[in-house]
Amino acid sequence: MEPSVLAQYLINGLMLAMIYSLVAVGFTLFFGVLNIIHFAYGDMFMVGAFAALAAFLGLSATGVGQPLLLILMIVASILTLSLLGAFTARYLILPLKRAPALNVLLVTMMFGTILRESVRLFYPEGANPKSFPSLLPGNAVAFGNFQLRIENLIMLAIAAVTILVVSLLINRTKLGLAIRAVAQDEETAETMGINYTLIVMVTFAIGSALGAVAGIISGLYYNEISFSMGLMIGAIGFSSAIIGGMGSFKGAILGGFLFAFLQIIGAVAMPWASAYKDVFAFTVVIMIMTWRPTGLIGEATSERV
Amino acid sequence: MTRMTVVERLETDFESGSVLPCLAVVVVATLYVAVILQADSQLTIIGLLVGGGLAVFAAARLDWISVARHSYRAHERTADTCAVLSVIALALLFHNDHFVLLLIVTVLVYVVACLGLNLQFGYAGMLNFAGAAMLGVGGYTAAVLSQIPSVPTLLVLPAGGLVAATIGCVLLLPMLRTYGHYNAVVTIAFSLLFVTFLEVNGGLGGAQGLPVQPGHLFGWPLNNNWEFAGFHVAFYVNYLAVALVLTVLVVGTVRRIERSWIGLNLDAVRCDEAVSKCFGINIALWKTVAFTAGNFIIGLAGAFFAMLQGYIAPSNFTFSDSLIPITIILLGGLGSIWGVILATIIVIVLPEKLQAIQEYRFLLYAIVVTLVLLYRPDGLIPRAARTYFRGWKP
Repeated sequence: MEPSVLAQYLINGLMLAMIYSLVAVGFTLFFGVLNIIHFAYGDMFMVGAFAALAAFLGLSATGVGQPLLLILMIVASILTLSLLGAFTARYLILPLKRAPALNVLLVTMMFGTILRESVRLFYPEGANPKSFPSLLPGNAVAFGNFQLRIENLIMLAIAAVTILVVSLLINRTKLGLAIRAVAQDEETAETMGINYTLIVMVTFAIGSALGAVAGIISGLYYNEISFSMGLMIGAIGFSSAIIGGMGSFKGAILGGFLFAFLQIIGAVAMPWASAYKDVFAFTVVIMIMTWRPTGLIGEATSERV
Repeated sequence: MTRMTVVERLETDFESGSVLPCLAVVVVATLYVAVILQADSQLTIIGLLVGGGLAVFAAARLDWISVARHSYRAHERTADTCAVLSVIALALLFHNDHFVLLLIVTVLVYVVACLGLNLQFGYAGMLNFAGAAMLGVGGYTAAVLSQIPSVPTLLVLPAGGLVAATIGCVLLLPMLRTYGHYNAVVTIAFSLLFVTFLEVNGGLGGAQGLPVQPGHLFGWPLNNNWEFAGFHVAFYVNYLAVALVLTVLVVGTVRRIERSWIGLNLDAVRCDEAVSKCFGINIALWKTVAFTAGNFIIGLAGAFFAMLQGYIAPSNFTFSDSLIPITIILLGGLGSIWGVILATIIVIVLPEKLQAIQEYRFLLYAIVVTLVLLYRPDGLIPRAARTYFRGWKP
């Protein structure tokens, strides 16, 4: 294979890996504080993209120019999703804290369906895919035959910075300390004067904000968004977080990269069957789960009895 | 009052209650369903639904429901026979109405599929998000087998079940090794890869799907209308007869499994794996039994569903479709057989009759399940605690 084609695959893989990692980190955050799987997350991601699109349409009508437009879009989307995330935590997930884990899983899944169907039914012509504006500079740097597009670099940078900021927030700030305390032991954390409900809501807001960033990057990358895009990305992000090992930041990023790598391998190494790349990736996920039932980097806490 | 032993008290409980209340419930429910199926105007249907809801609420307030429950427990066999008779009565009533007959058959098929899922989810506690995929495995088996004229239709149905159970065995190892959330990802991944596989695989018709040849039963073509004593009878009556036999068989089997020592083991596995292990219960064995038997039943339903539709495509078996049977089971009440039947009727018939909500049905399902989970987590007809039956032999 030519180096330029390989480099193109590498960049595509890196883009996918970043999007998956963002989503997987979100899953891991939710799992860390509440020990739950937030299945609506994929659909929150989709809502994030739609919120950004709506903000774009509204703002460009009032004549806001670049780069302010993009920043405002991101802010609007992050705000919407943070509120939505905090709301989910407060009114859907915390009330079910004493219920079986299955019920929480189902309630989030159903909330995801509500979001998906609401966008399909109530967003103007929501059933059709929407084209997402390309707002980043379209020029490219040429390395021989390979065109490195500037917008891809910017997107990669945004994703990496977001993950870094969240990681610093969790590991270096007082708020992060509170989040980690709640994750470790809810009752002790409360005895130490931590407002449990508030911290859970804040964690959900942060995790959902990650979803918003991922949604916007995905929209910019594919130039198209649709109401059903959350389903697949949710399953992929969840699988990534799981194969990495739930509750581990590094595991989630590892899982995201691994999944993207599997898809690219599926597309490159088996050109006769590139349509099977998702089949291949999910088969490997099932195999990894069989081999390491709690993920590659084992789950941080042992089973609570 | 003399002291009674526990067994004596249970026996008195068992014998109390006349047969009338549960018969009344069956008759009233049948009439109600018949009227709803007959009704055309949207306003009438909404009125009937509101009336029905109020009536149930009033009955619950007057404690009539527990009376009916008691009566049902004492006269289970009679009540079940009457329920089967009432389905036959509905079939006779609507013998020439294709739409209504198809609706009734669909309900029966979904009852069968949901009972299969109930074995896995309701009894053994294994959440299977690949329910629609297993339905699809059965359906595709039927589609492929129906192209071969020498294969009798009666063999196609169990073949669908067998293939689904076999393919389910591939998932067994990951299902057994993982637990909880990790378990969910296995079936979700399978359900997604199944649909993608069918869409890109040319051999099975790709995204277009496959036609299913109409079946024959003892030389009798299932897809022919017939006449009897001057009545035109729609061919769906044939399917209804097969579906009813299938439903009765599956309900009987699942209920027997539930009440036997197998069910006891499954309950123990669901409630607490660590404790059941301490009591020497072989968790892997019982999970295997529940998963395989459940997949067999779902595959059976899938094969029949394919024959009924006459055409199947990957879009019928997506991940979202897997959520419908889960909705039904939760709405009805985890593990409750009558709950499954009631919830299936609600979930399948309501959107078909209320055209106004057809477009919004997935949204409404999701809202309903969310509300059920938040405010009535045990479902509409919660499964009763294991009951004592005097002289009941499994």
